[in-house]
Amino acid sequence: MSLQEELRGAPPAKLVVDHVSKWFRQKRQMVHALDDISFEVAEGEFIVMVGPSGCGKSSLLDIIAGLEKPDKGRVLADNQPVLHPGRHRLVMFQDSALFPWLNVFGNVMFGLKLKPGLTNRERREVARFYLHLVGLEKFTEANVHELSGGMKQRVALARALAPNPRVLLMDEPFAALDAMTREQLYGDIQRIWHEHRKTIVFVTHNVREAACLADRVIIMSPTPGRIREIVPILLPRPRDFNDIEIAQHAATLTATLKQYGAAATATTR
Amino acid sequence: MRRTLLALFFFAVLIAIWGAIVSARIWSPVLLPSPLSVWEYLVNAARDGTLLAAAIVTLRRLLAGYLIGVAVGLPLGLLTASSTFVEDTIGVLALGLQTLPSVCWVPLALLWFGQTESAMLFVVIMGTVWSVVIATDTGVRTIPPIYARAARTMGSNYFHRWTRVILPASLPYLVSGMKQGWAFAWRSLMAAEIYVTILTGFGLGHLLHYGRELNAMDQVIGIMLVIIIIGLLADKILFSPWERFLHRRWGTGKR
Repeated sequence: MSLQEELRGAPPAKLVVDHVSKWFRQKRQMVHALDDISFEVAEGEFIVMVGPSGCGKSSLLDIIAGLEKPDKGRVLADNQPVLHPGRHRLVMFQDSALFPWLNVFGNVMFGLKLKPGLTNRERREVARFYLHLVGLEKFTEANVHELSGGMKQRVALARALAPNPRVLLMDEPFAALDAMTREQLYGDIQRIWHEHRKTIVFVTHNVREAACLADRVIIMSPTPGRIREIVPILLPRPRDFNDIEIAQHAATLTATLKQYGAAATATTR
Repeated sequence: MRRTLLALFFFAVLIAIWGAIVSARIWSPVLLPSPLSVWEYLVNAARDGTLLAAAIVTLRRLLAGYLIGVAVGLPLGLLTASSTFVEDTIGVLALGLQTLPSVCWVPLALLWFGQTESAMLFVVIMGTVWSVVIATDTGVRTIPPIYARAARTMGSNYFHRWTRVILPASLPYLVSGMKQGWAFAWRSLMAAEIYVTILTGFGLGHLLHYGRELNAMDQVIGIMLVIIIIGLLADKILFSPWERFLHRRWGTGKR
């Protein structure tokens, strides 16, 4: 594969979550975390799962990533069952999970080095390309601890994008950031998603974030985690987080969450 | 530069106080020799080669024992951290033996190996290996699990994860463990050399021992100084570069 093809992006994948249930063992009892979850994500679709903490949205993301196994049901990525983690579905965590023993460039190279079929020169090229994409080309040699929270998440995004995954799984990636940084990243993620066509599954407890980013919002309620509604957001893109229509959609989503008694811990920050 | 001068000044003052106490004749000069007589002993010992020969013998034993100790301790620590079975067996053993002062190995080593180099080596290894095991184990257990999860999503397999994630992530603990191991090895070797009289090599510990036998206090203090200086140098040469790297990368150690 040529470098140009490599950078153009792999075709986005289709995801099928098929009757997934999950229990967790806690001290004396089994906790029912996910109950019969089914939905499909189209190629290149931006799906956001919202729900209060404890609704199992992060566990579901882990199952889609292949980090956890469902007790019942299965997940298909392009009709292939997901059995273990793989570089076609990369995850961005809330805590950037950057490796402190590597500098910024080393972190972005980590996944690339595990990708066969590239020369080392090409890998370095790809890493520089994505660091440029997230606006950190001047920080390649920086150490992780020297970066702000927003910059860390940008590096984490570059690291997740660099091996050219077909699906990007994002677990509350902006939750720990300040409002200004977050709004900037909403713009960036929409631009990158538009230019590089990834299938994105994004987890949050922030309904306004959901309304701003999603093609469809999956509303979940806790104990056990269930899908309550799937709401399409038919607003033109790119969307501005402060747009009045986003606020209106967020209000509707909040109302829906409340209806299922799940709004208490969901926020509209 | 200012800090070096300050340190030099501090030690100059220390030696001056020592000299002043000697001139005040509070203690007999047999018990507290003057800085000058210690210096003279050191110069003479350096000139006739005994000091260098003894230092080389000692350092050779130290390095051999230390390297074996690390080579055994590091993998053992990785094992105790990754398997509950090894944790409950070797891990408990390591914890127990680590609390044992290394001098306690000397009688056993003497009975097992006699007055031999093997006895020395054995004491040094026993002094080193357990603290390296414990430090490695702690290091691996302290790593946030999210690193391994992130690596798995990027296609890192079991072996790759150990070499590229878990080991580098626990590096701060490994380095402090190896530093501690070095300190223990140094202590054990001195204990061994003072108690095990052997003919195959005359180390610094032996010089110290015979200094006492001959009531040669200038020798005792001189050799103690040499031992301190070797310890300091080892710290600066072997571990400081690592620690500087760790501080820079992890952003630790700033005040």
